[in-house]
Amino acid sequence: MPEKYHIHVRPMPSRFPSVGKTTVLDWGEGCLRCTRCVKETCPYNAFRQRGFDDRSLSDTIDTYCKNCLRCVQGCPRELVVKAANPQYRRLGDDYWTPAILQSTWFQAETGKIPVSGAGYGGPFAGPGFDSIWTDMSEIVRPTRDGIHGREYISTAIELGRKPLFLVFDAEGRLAFEPPPRVEIPLPILLADPPFSAGPVPVRRALTGAARRLRTLAVIARENVDPELAAEAEHLCLTFPTGRVDTEDPLLSRVRLVELTDHEGVLAQVEAVKRRHPGLVTMIKVPADEGAAARVSELARAGAEAIHLFCDHHARGFLGARERHLKDLLRTVHLTLVEDNLRDTVTLLASGGIALAEHVAKAIICGADGVIVDLPLLLALECRLCRACQRGGRCPVDIDSLDPVWGTQRQVNLMGAWNHQLLEVLGAMGLREVRRLRGEVGRAMFVEDLEREIFAPLFSRPGPEGFRREGE
Amino acid sequence: MTEHAVKYDDEAWGPGPWTPVRTPCRFRNPLSKWRVWRNEAKCIQCGTCVEVCPYGVHTRVGKFIRKPQSYLCLGPACDKKDFYCVRHCPPQALSLRLHPVYTTLGDHRWTADLLLSTWWMAEFGTLPYADLEYRTGNSGGGFDKLRFFFPPQPRDLKLRHEDISLELPLNRRHDGRPQVVLSVPWYSAGMSFGSVSINTILSRVRAASRFNTLLSTGEGGYPEELHPYDDHIVTQVATGLFGVREDTIQRVRMVEFKYAQGAKPGLGGHLLGDKVTPAVARMRESVPGSALFSPFPFHSVYSVEDHKKHLDWIKEVNPRALVSVKVSTPTDVDMVAVGSYYAGAHVVQLDGSYGGTGAAPDIAKKNIAMPIEYAIPKVHQFLVQEGIRDQVTLIASGGIRTAFDVAKAIALGADGCQVGTAELVALECIRCYQCESGRGCVRGIATTDPELVELMTVEWGTRRVCNLYHAWSWQLREILRRFGMRSIRELVGRTDTLVHLDYYNLPVEDDIRRGV
Repeated sequence: MPEKYHIHVRPMPSRFPSVGKTTVLDWGEGCLRCTRCVKETCPYNAFRQRGFDDRSLSDTIDTYCKNCLRCVQGCPRELVVKAANPQYRRLGDDYWTPAILQSTWFQAETGKIPVSGAGYGGPFAGPGFDSIWTDMSEIVRPTRDGIHGREYISTAIELGRKPLFLVFDAEGRLAFEPPPRVEIPLPILLADPPFSAGPVPVRRALTGAARRLRTLAVIARENVDPELAAEAEHLCLTFPTGRVDTEDPLLSRVRLVELTDHEGVLAQVEAVKRRHPGLVTMIKVPADEGAAARVSELARAGAEAIHLFCDHHARGFLGARERHLKDLLRTVHLTLVEDNLRDTVTLLASGGIALAEHVAKAIICGADGVIVDLPLLLALECRLCRACQRGGRCPVDIDSLDPVWGTQRQVNLMGAWNHQLLEVLGAMGLREVRRLRGEVGRAMFVEDLEREIFAPLFSRPGPEGFRREGE
Repeated sequence: MTEHAVKYDDEAWGPGPWTPVRTPCRFRNPLSKWRVWRNEAKCIQCGTCVEVCPYGVHTRVGKFIRKPQSYLCLGPACDKKDFYCVRHCPPQALSLRLHPVYTTLGDHRWTADLLLSTWWMAEFGTLPYADLEYRTGNSGGGFDKLRFFFPPQPRDLKLRHEDISLELPLNRRHDGRPQVVLSVPWYSAGMSFGSVSINTILSRVRAASRFNTLLSTGEGGYPEELHPYDDHIVTQVATGLFGVREDTIQRVRMVEFKYAQGAKPGLGGHLLGDKVTPAVARMRESVPGSALFSPFPFHSVYSVEDHKKHLDWIKEVNPRALVSVKVSTPTDVDMVAVGSYYAGAHVVQLDGSYGGTGAAPDIAKKNIAMPIEYAIPKVHQFLVQEGIRDQVTLIASGGIRTAFDVAKAIALGADGCQVGTAELVALECIRCYQCESGRGCVRGIATTDPELVELMTVEWGTRRVCNLYHAWSWQLREILRRFGMRSIRELVGRTDTLVHLDYYNLPVEDDIRRGV
């Protein structure tokens, strides 16, 4: 059995008060001065603990209030009311919803899986990843108990080219040098977010998290300063189109490099590999309408790993702008399967991976693993206001963050994600994440369920309204 | 006896008719959609509002005019009436607007309107007259996109509610075991003592007994307080086997095997340490304050043969009991149902993922296993194809919120439903999602904290749940009446009574408060 992978989470308090979905409004006017005011009897002591945060100029009560409405329903003059918080609705955007932001902050702060009472209260289904349900095992198929530690579920993946068969010489020794591989214990690479108010401390935190998690931080070569260079073994250097200096001393110290796809990329890969044979190269391919053909072509030509990327809303590019990462992944994966190339190459996906469930679902759709960036920035309390991109002031002072604090927040988030991945794998009865790849048969897609179950029942031939007359 | 048990020895309590008893909100200010606001500075206490309002929004004690009871108000629709208080108020001290809390209440499945209308039914036993949507939520799919397609006129104009049967027989196997016939096509879902208070359980079981139906104990033992209601109890045998004894199995008319739970399919149960009070620990034969895990799955069951062995064990221990199997909704849910039939189950219960629970990972609730709306027709049709549909009682649970959900589940192919959250909502749950944290529910429903439990009496709770059941029964009968059906059994699998808004473009109205 492999050494058990464990992520050490520990609570790391937020620096700023959270933005509540709803907020407390209370008026003093007309107050009867009851001897036992509802504010004193608050079961969560929210009114006693509340304070004022002078950096964000806001009341901190939303951090403590749990929406039981006891005060609203108890005040004799109805002077306490809860109302929707407009600040909450303005958080993020329509993909990176306020709920996602809040859940991410919670996980980064506590390192715990979000757990709640009462049933699921969200929409029936939704676009993209929300149109997939994962399977579970019942009665005749055992589940796995990964969470409580009674059974071991591996979340490790290997990056690199894999030979489809082995060749041995007469003495029974391997007759060829196997290609280099990088094994990471969780199927997630950490990428430098494309924007932030403090790129330097964010990269420090990220590299620290990569070291602690034993994965890699994907950082552009030009952004690697001497301090980061000291952590080279935890980095994956990424290069823009057509610029790699094969004599770069850093190349001999990293294990993975990423090259952006262009016409000459294969020649570039060859040049890098000739100089550094132990290095694994990954080619970053945009998820456009030609991605499947291109990935297949690269795999056939010997590519070791492919990084298929979408935009931050999990949409493709050019002709595939309307398509979601999950569909693009399925196409790429199936094309590789049909071309008998799937097992030779590692496929990683990025863009719009916002929640732990997206990791599992991207893998179900055909990826070996994912690359995340924005959630790691959210772990640092980023509010996705994008003020930094417009030259404004960061509302949560990311520019002055302590990288040690940041590392622990990111480790906490990934720890919570890893546990959630284990929940999904355990429920399906899988013992390793590599088994999940492309397992669409262990998932349910809303379009399939509609077609198989509801459409035959409710889509009737004939003109609309004919039943009305028939009744 | 547990130290904070409420003794309620009412010998006469049992199945029988129920006349709704008005049972108002336990808290000072009932929540409402609209808020009638009186400006005290302008009010001259003339009492005009008290005289004009026929709904009792404004009342007075002596000369003093009380705070408006906004939840009784018709809302802006009242503007067209000649008794609109806002218009009549001489000093114009009254105003009517949306209650700010209304916008914060509820979620996609349990919308503010559904919560408010369920509270209304629990208070009055009738449907609300105000503009509250009482049939569907806002989840954008499943039950919320299905509508009943009533004929323009009921087929049988003479058909009266008294002639319509809601009875549900549970044993359809003809295996010599006793028959259990429920008077309503639903029973109460398993919620363990520990996850909810004894008062909550007693309120629910008393309602179940009055309406001649059942209540499942959940996996938390069989509190002594339930002994007077033995004939209305389903006891659960789940993977942790907490509180399971020969005695508990021998007491009841049905035993429920919980293989999986819709809210956390494939995952075990978890009662947080804070909720394991001395009483709970005693019941579960464990240690106070230490968290209890119920493993997943039954490690003794890895095949249909093992499954049968389990059911045979129960049947042996209690020869008069029926056996129910509670499963979740994986891709092969139809095979699981057939396997359960061959193992000897009388009732197959499909538990969907919207169901309430003490604590479950959000990722599981949202993502694991298919919605119940798909699972019901899938299983129903498969059982029909296998030729065994007539011998299985198919129960749907996990997200049955309204009488309309019950009727829709039955029309999709279920025989009946299990309800849980709706009853908690009747007891004034607001779905704050905090059942699991600290001392538990601060509204005194899902808690075992002695102080919080005292927030609710069994008497009050019984009436609220009975009122809700009454309102539901009326709605189901009204739905059947409009289709000219004399029994709920006729509705089973009748998907032709439904339209799905994704496939049907004309306006459909199934509000049974209107029309014939």
